[in-house]
Amino acid sequence: MNRRQQSWLLAAALAVLAPLAFDLPAWLCITSLLILSWRALTLWRRLPVPAHGLLLLLALAGVITIAAHYHTLFGRDPGIALLLLLLALKLMEANSLRDGHAAALLCYFLMLCQFPYAQSMVSAAMTLIAVVLTTAALVLLHHPRQAAPLRLAASMLAQAALFMLLLFVLFPRIEGPLWGLPGDAYAGLTGLAETMTPGSISRLSRSEAIAFRAEFSTRQPPQDALYWRGPVLSRFDGSSWSAGRPDTGSTLPYATRGGASDYTVTLEPHDKLWLFALELPGVIPADGLITRDYQLLAKAPVRARLRYAMRSYPEIFAGRDESPENLRQARQLPLGANPRARLLAQAWRAESGDDGPALVRRMLDYYRSQDFSYTLNPPLLAENSIDAFLFESRRGFCEHYAASFVFMMRAAGLPARVVTGYQGGEINPVDHTLIVRQSDAHAWAEVWTRERGWWRVDPTAAVAPSRIEKNLAAALPENGPLLLLARPAFLWLHEMRFRWEALANAWNQQVLGYNPRRQREFLSSLGMATPDWQRMVTVLGVLSSLLLCAFSAWVLVERGQSRDPLQAAWNRLSNKLAGRGPRRVGARGMARQNWEGPQDYAKRIGSALPEIAGEIFIIAELYQALRYGPVANPRKVQELNTLIRRLKP
Amino acid sequence: MSPAAELRQRFFNWALRGRALEAAPIILNQRRVFVLPTRFGLAFAVLLLVMLIGAVNYQLSLGYALVFLLAGLGIVAIFHSFRNLAQLRISPGRAAPVFAGETARFELILDNPGNREKSALSLHLPGQSPVTIDVPARASVIVPLELPAPSRGWLSLPVVSLQTSFPLGLIRAWAYAAPMLRCLIYPAPALVVTALPMRPLEGSGAAIADVGMEDFAGLRSHQISDPIAHVAWKTAARLEHGPLLSKQFDAAMAQSLWLNWDDLPGALGVEARLSLLARWICDAHQAGAFWALSLPGANFPLAGGAAHFHACLKALALHE
Repeated sequence: MNRRQQSWLLAAALAVLAPLAFDLPAWLCITSLLILSWRALTLWRRLPVPAHGLLLLLALAGVITIAAHYHTLFGRDPGIALLLLLLALKLMEANSLRDGHAAALLCYFLMLCQFPYAQSMVSAAMTLIAVVLTTAALVLLHHPRQAAPLRLAASMLAQAALFMLLLFVLFPRIEGPLWGLPGDAYAGLTGLAETMTPGSISRLSRSEAIAFRAEFSTRQPPQDALYWRGPVLSRFDGSSWSAGRPDTGSTLPYATRGGASDYTVTLEPHDKLWLFALELPGVIPADGLITRDYQLLAKAPVRARLRYAMRSYPEIFAGRDESPENLRQARQLPLGANPRARLLAQAWRAESGDDGPALVRRMLDYYRSQDFSYTLNPPLLAENSIDAFLFESRRGFCEHYAASFVFMMRAAGLPARVVTGYQGGEINPVDHTLIVRQSDAHAWAEVWTRERGWWRVDPTAAVAPSRIEKNLAAALPENGPLLLLARPAFLWLHEMRFRWEALANAWNQQVLGYNPRRQREFLSSLGMATPDWQRMVTVLGVLSSLLLCAFSAWVLVERGQSRDPLQAAWNRLSNKLAGRGPRRVGARGMARQNWEGPQDYAKRIGSALPEIAGEIFIIAELYQALRYGPVANPRKVQELNTLIRRLKP
Repeated sequence: MSPAAELRQRFFNWALRGRALEAAPIILNQRRVFVLPTRFGLAFAVLLLVMLIGAVNYQLSLGYALVFLLAGLGIVAIFHSFRNLAQLRISPGRAAPVFAGETARFELILDNPGNREKSALSLHLPGQSPVTIDVPARASVIVPLELPAPSRGWLSLPVVSLQTSFPLGLIRAWAYAAPMLRCLIYPAPALVVTALPMRPLEGSGAAIADVGMEDFAGLRSHQISDPIAHVAWKTAARLEHGPLLSKQFDAAMAQSLWLNWDDLPGALGVEARLSLLARWICDAHQAGAFWALSLPGANFPLAGGAAHFHACLKALALHE
């Protein structure tokens, strides 16, 4: 390989490395970058490449470090890390065409390796750049004198895109995974956890990542009614809240009533079972279940973007016939902890008796009357966290309010539980979907009374009503630690983000969310009746054959392209004089012989066919002037053609 | 013939069926151009399969897109490789005669009538290393193909295979062509030089002693074929870095020879006789002498110059 070929391969490798740099450990990316830069330096300054032994040593050190970093050499991430190292070292000593081939194949494979981490439009664009560069490097490998490898690669890829489009739409999609994925496959997904400890939701609230999107087909309920129900936590061990036994069913445990809202949820993968719906869900999605405490669950962890249609009834009375066992669970408290809170609750109980609503009112009044504040940065609370929060710090996030409220209700003898989920959301004015982010994560409470069953009480609303009516940014003090984008001062950025996210949503739905189900839906919307895989393969076969025919025609037709209009006209004259077309060349001996120049030819024709001698000499004169004159005037060529056409031999 | 060679021969016969004699120009139309994946192309296909399985397993929509794009690239490469070779016109060029034991150079004229360069075409002759060239759009290129010439007589250009794996190396397009082109191979001149069989010009007076050394006519720059004795050494010594010069003599006055097949010693075989005659003709030509040649079945009267030289050697080459 010459320097130019090596440089192009190097550029391709850099383009492959760029998107991976976000996801692989920094030391690995920097090492690979250093090796590639070293190679670039040896190429540009024509320095000798390092010795084979040194490279071997480097490779060994790299493998050991990777093993130490991941604690294994097997699995997806260490595998990708090893391949990247291999590519960098391979380019260092690549000399033969074979080495170039190996490097190009490695480049193509590593492009795939970034997709488990990110499949955004940005990563697609970066991959496209890498594909073009790698292909251009391949072109140069096989044609070192190629002047414009980039142009050829781009035009070939543009043609390949036609096949990609066909295959992408029609290749029968298979529901993965084909086998068990390595354990690290879903690391790094965020979302609500199974348990709630003080600080868990406020941590989540700092993330602007999208939890899910909802598109309403009926009127969207008001902002303060958007309670997206997630894990219901009824067990308390003194410090953390957790879900009870997952007692699931496939029928609704309550009767629907009142008005309903219809919407579609597109849930981002979070590696948990939770499906989110407005309280309370009126249908159970396909492949879904509902728990005894009215939470929707998927049958398998949500590891790919999931879309489901949902209908919710805000006015349902649920749980009036709750089982005594569940009620006992909803009154359970760990013994001994938080004595001050217990005392206060028992005092209220003595005053209000069994009147649930009165107890709730007293507790909410207590939040309002004391100087409680709402903050993302509550102080760390030691043992007896409820006591410490209610009587000392009085600064907390929604999980503190929900936890203390449920504790007080239970201490007062009222069945109560914590519900986590998301509250609110933001309408994207560009595509009118409701975007619910991790920062909308919320915790609230449910209490049970004999008359109403379970009903929702949100103690945060008592302290920071704007959190519920508007959003988190409105509820927090101006100088609080909130993400920049959520502040009103950055409205224009906010606006840009809306546009970007609307585009990203379309991308997610149309491109990334093109799974077996969406493929069937899309194909039947195009008019394919019962799109099963046989039919898809048939249509794919027919359409790709058509495309192949078009390409063949394009390749074969090239012969028909005329070379030079002047030459074509001159040949036409010869053919005309030869009799009937090119097949009978020489039939009358009047065709121009290969060795005859225009003058000789005209002379020969003139003596053989004196009746057209004059015309022939004019034509030959004109042809000569055009052929050997300074500039061929297109109009003159036209004139020559006319003369030849009018000639009657 | 080994089974592989026989198979190859059969394939040639099939690929070139019905065109034993190929008239110029040979146009590589779609029936003559074959395409098959290269080893790299096969590796690429296997890689794509692995990538497809990865995309299915991890449910990567963009992974599918990437695999399909690359698969499309592979398909498009077939057409590009095909087009890179198709419609090429091949005409035989010159093949200057050489002596046996030298390398024959066959010139092929490749003409590209299309509007696109035909890049990285490599021409293979059996047993020779390939020659790789580009043929620019609407242009023609002369490609010299070299082949060892072991024995005298006509050496026909064997079947030439034209290959290209342009643009990506995934697909190889190739075609076979057998243009009518042959090279005349003269007998190798004998290495052992016997004295030239001098004979006085018939009808003229005394013999002239030194062959071609009379009547110094001038100097010219030294040609490799000039006899070493004619080098103007004195001049060369004077002009230290100047060109080597040869002394020229007036040929009209040079000695004449009569080369007769039958005068040669009877112990010599046919090839040895031809070889010796070739040596004498070469020496006589170099010396600027006149000579006549008499072979069984052919007689060349006394003459000199390049045309006579080649005519005589041709007769030797084709002597059966």
